[in-house]
Amino acid sequence: MAGFLAWIEARIPMMRTANMHAIQYPAPRNMNFWYVFGFLATIVLVNQIVTGIWLTMNFEPSAERAFASVEYIMREVDYGWLIRYMHSTGATAFFVVVYMHMFRGMIYGSYQKPRELLWIFGMLIYLALMAEAFMGYVLPWGQMSYWGAQVIVSLFSAIPVIGPGLVEWIQGDYVISGATLNRFFALHVIALPLVIVILVFLHIIALHEVGSNNPDGVNVKHPKGSLPDEEKTSYKIHEYYTSKYDIADDVVPFFPHMVLKDMVAFAVFLFAFCYVMFFAPELGGKALEHPNFEIANPLKTPEHIFPVWYFTPYYAILKAVPDKLGGVIAMFSAIAVLFALPWFDRSNVRSWRYRSGLHTGNLIVFAIVFIFLGYLGGTPQEDWKIFASRIATIMYFGFFVLLFLYSKHEKTKPVPKRIPS
Amino acid sequence: MSEVSADANKSAKQNNSSANVAELESDNPRRKFLTIATSVIGAVGVGAAAIPFVASWQPSERAKAAGADVEVDISGIQVGQLIRVMWRSKPVWIVRRTPELLASLSSVEDQLRDPNSDVEQQPDYAKNQYRSIKEEFLVLVGICTHLGCSPQHLAEGSFAEYAEGIPEGFFCPCHGSKFDMAGRVFAGVPAPYNLVVPPHMYVDDNTIVIGSDEGVA
Repeated sequence: MAGFLAWIEARIPMMRTANMHAIQYPAPRNMNFWYVFGFLATIVLVNQIVTGIWLTMNFEPSAERAFASVEYIMREVDYGWLIRYMHSTGATAFFVVVYMHMFRGMIYGSYQKPRELLWIFGMLIYLALMAEAFMGYVLPWGQMSYWGAQVIVSLFSAIPVIGPGLVEWIQGDYVISGATLNRFFALHVIALPLVIVILVFLHIIALHEVGSNNPDGVNVKHPKGSLPDEEKTSYKIHEYYTSKYDIADDVVPFFPHMVLKDMVAFAVFLFAFCYVMFFAPELGGKALEHPNFEIANPLKTPEHIFPVWYFTPYYAILKAVPDKLGGVIAMFSAIAVLFALPWFDRSNVRSWRYRSGLHTGNLIVFAIVFIFLGYLGGTPQEDWKIFASRIATIMYFGFFVLLFLYSKHEKTKPVPKRIPS
Repeated sequence: MSEVSADANKSAKQNNSSANVAELESDNPRRKFLTIATSVIGAVGVGAAAIPFVASWQPSERAKAAGADVEVDISGIQVGQLIRVMWRSKPVWIVRRTPELLASLSSVEDQLRDPNSDVEQQPDYAKNQYRSIKEEFLVLVGICTHLGCSPQHLAEGSFAEYAEGIPEGFFCPCHGSKFDMAGRVFAGVPAPYNLVVPPHMYVDDNTIVIGSDEGVA
């Protein structure tokens, strides 16, 4: 057996890669539950790919057959209902874990130097994920599929001059039609999954180059020769890291320590996931909206049009602006400012544990505003909500403006040299 | 010819390393020219190869055929009635307005965003108060100019719930946009423009063609 492995290793660096990127990767020992969501996102990605492949075996991407083929999967294919609900619940779970993962990055300053590019790769994954989820939601060709697509695609018509032509080009028709459904299917099952997998690969490579941040925001990699031997970790860490840095006694090898922690999280996650999948797969109309159980009808607009829950904060921002182009710009800006977060924050203290009360407050208010916008964008229009969504939109952008203003001269607490025990 | 290449071979062998380094330097003008020329030709090739992929997203011949003109017989429409026809898979409304309704159009104008139809949402021949060729018959694309939903026709006083004192109009259930009975948008709603009047013409007194207006404009 050892001989066989050596034969392989001499021809492809299997164990070296596994040791470097998983087994002997130095993980800060104070990582807490906030650090499980990257792992969970990977698990959900695998779930989406596997269940997605199985769904394509019975789904028919045409305006005539799509709706019926989904019903066929639900009623006549053995375990088709389970595979479809795994996929639809997976979409919701994906955004839950990704939002948690992003908020983790925000509170512990994981986007700060030198992790800017890591954050940007993450944001690109988020963007690709939104496109993937949107196109996937069009495929069942229900009323909300159709009218949701109508609303989102017509956003592009707000672009001056090229807008109307661009919309026709995206749709492949003068309206959302079977042609649109077909190309969204191609993008949903081939193009975007490939893009996402490649981006995830780059995200992980970039992470391993700069190293994981931790709840204290303390560096665990120190310049070569700066640590006395008794302060260096006694664990076996891959030489890729130890040859360039002195690794402090603040780390544990990723395997088995972090893997086991992630397994606990996975078990807890499965409880929640299975509960939703088996008992509330529609999530009260938030994950699979009720009008989507009716086939798409271009002549009948549903009474209320909402996107699925994970898009509703941006939808509220879109609706808050009384001008069409202005609304579209505001909505896309809401995502663009997240990309630029590493440059809005001018502090060099990462974790909120060592930053000002103002910063902690700002983060908490931002989280509440984001959830509140989600509520506003996902419930029927009322007069007070227009006013509320305008206030909340200003507060959303206010987070970034405030951060930029106070972070330069922020009163921070001294950050320890080593992870406190 | 063979002499030259033999020469080149010889010199390359003689001072192997230093000659190679000199040749690799990018300030060698011949190499620089070749690099740039190859890159440009390559980029043009990639650009040309992208054309079919981009162009194949345009509406197909079948889609264009399905978007052809529609002929509608309007002789059967009662006064006050709205009929819907499909043109390019979009709902097109044809409304036969009552004389009272036509008379009331000027009374709502102070509540409208664009009462004179200055924004080009209609062919020139429909740029009038009634936004129609014949006063009586209003032809509109029944899609809200906000985000593409289809507004509802609220008649017999039910529009007054959304616009005080105005008995009839169009109301979009998606985001609450309101339009009067000439398809003109009210101020203070999300929709930015009046409803679109599609190109259309009368081939005779009882027949409208939607989608083409040759000879009318």
